[in-house]
Amino acid sequence: MAELRPWQELGPGGVVLPDDAPRRVTGGWRTGLKPRANRSACVNCLLCWLYCPDAAVLVDGEVFAGFDYELCKGCELCAEMCPTNAIEMVPEDADVD
Amino acid sequence: MSTETLLTCELLTGGEAVAHAMRQIDPDVVPVYPITPQTPIIQAYAQFVADGRASGELVDVESEHSAMSAAIGSALAGARTMTATSSQGLALMAEVVYIAASMRAPIVTALGNRALSGPINIHCDHSDSMLIRDSGVVQLFVENAQEAYDATILAPRLAEHPEVLLPVFVCLDGFTITHSAEPVELLDDADVQRFVGEYRIPFPLLDAPEATTQGPFAMPDYYFELKHQQVAAMASAGRVLDELVGELEGITGRRYEPLERYRLDDAARALVLMGSSAGTAKDVVDELRDRRQPVGLLRIGSFRPFPAEAVRDALHGLDEVAVLDRADAPGGAPPLFAEVAAAAHDVAARLRSVVYGLGGRELHPDDIKELFDSLHDRASATPTYVGLRSRS
Repeated sequence: MAELRPWQELGPGGVVLPDDAPRRVTGGWRTGLKPRANRSACVNCLLCWLYCPDAAVLVDGEVFAGFDYELCKGCELCAEMCPTNAIEMVPEDADVD
Repeated sequence: MSTETLLTCELLTGGEAVAHAMRQIDPDVVPVYPITPQTPIIQAYAQFVADGRASGELVDVESEHSAMSAAIGSALAGARTMTATSSQGLALMAEVVYIAASMRAPIVTALGNRALSGPINIHCDHSDSMLIRDSGVVQLFVENAQEAYDATILAPRLAEHPEVLLPVFVCLDGFTITHSAEPVELLDDADVQRFVGEYRIPFPLLDAPEATTQGPFAMPDYYFELKHQQVAAMASAGRVLDELVGELEGITGRRYEPLERYRLDDAARALVLMGSSAGTAKDVVDELRDRRQPVGLLRIGSFRPFPAEAVRDALHGLDEVAVLDRADAPGGAPPLFAEVAAAAHDVAARLRSVVYGLGGRELHPDDIKELFDSLHDRASATPTYVGLRSRS
């Protein structure tokens, strides 16, 4: 929405439709650590998905599918909530799958 | 539309008449908090729900602030939503009323008009309505129980019209209308259902596949535009109201007038007012007309949107006009007078501002006669207040 629109072209009450919503890259907010999942320990309870305050936990159907590092702010809630310690916080430059 | 619909006539208070309208509209959700003089509305409606005669989800919220907040969520989720309040309840609700208008939530509210504190008072004036004058909500002012019923039936269609999408308040004078029993003609339930139709809004929140963000933050680059949408929606509301009045008249045989011209033809002197006092004033107009006095009355049935052009047209040809406000504006012009004066800027008639009836002070026929007499005498001092005790 780089170009400012006149009032007639805005949805009622400023409703934002999916195509109009800018994708904010909030991954840059992380301050050194990012989550990494150990798939063999994951029991697919999806608590990480439920508790993620952003939309950074990816799910394929109903199966855990990793993290969206462009969105993850590194808050560590997922690692904290994981009941099997399958998520650990690792340095930014660590390899993830 | 059939005009042969069987009408039932019942002896109902205005509050009960509104509750019947709610039962027949059968909204999905009614979040509400009791307050005098609105309570009879929601008490009667709650009885209908308890008796299985209405299927709405009645939500006992903890305050009017919560009532309107819940109403916004419900209306935008995709559920037809109604509520009711009065006075201090509206004052507490006011913050959220602005948000309902801004989020274009088509909520219908019955407002039993009551004086705002302080001093604390439970009786009628219009100061509560005037508190939300510029909030972006439609305000229909009715004269009696029958009109309270008719306007409530009309309100969802007005609120939900795609070119309107604004909250609508049906304003009925506290006690005088809410608690006074009158014969009220009720429509057939099925006719009301047919008239109001199905609830549709363009972007229901629970439409998950088409997920939307609603009520977004608006910085200086968009606030002005979004605020202006309400101005445009209000202009549409005036047009849509005129259409709906005709459509409802086809069913009821009665016409809910956004602007009622009462015996204005050839009139030289007229009053402008709204609410139940118009009933008393009409009797006085009739009596004076019988004595060949050229008097008339202009009753505002839609305060928001204000029918400015129609008011101006109606005032042409008059000599003296008194605009009666049932709310004062310390340090400024009373609200109805300000509207009429703005609308009548090029009208020759002399306008006078009169404040009456605050906190339930009665307006008697003799008061109105005296007012007409004082208008007759151009030299007389402008009567600013009617019914106020004042040391002369």
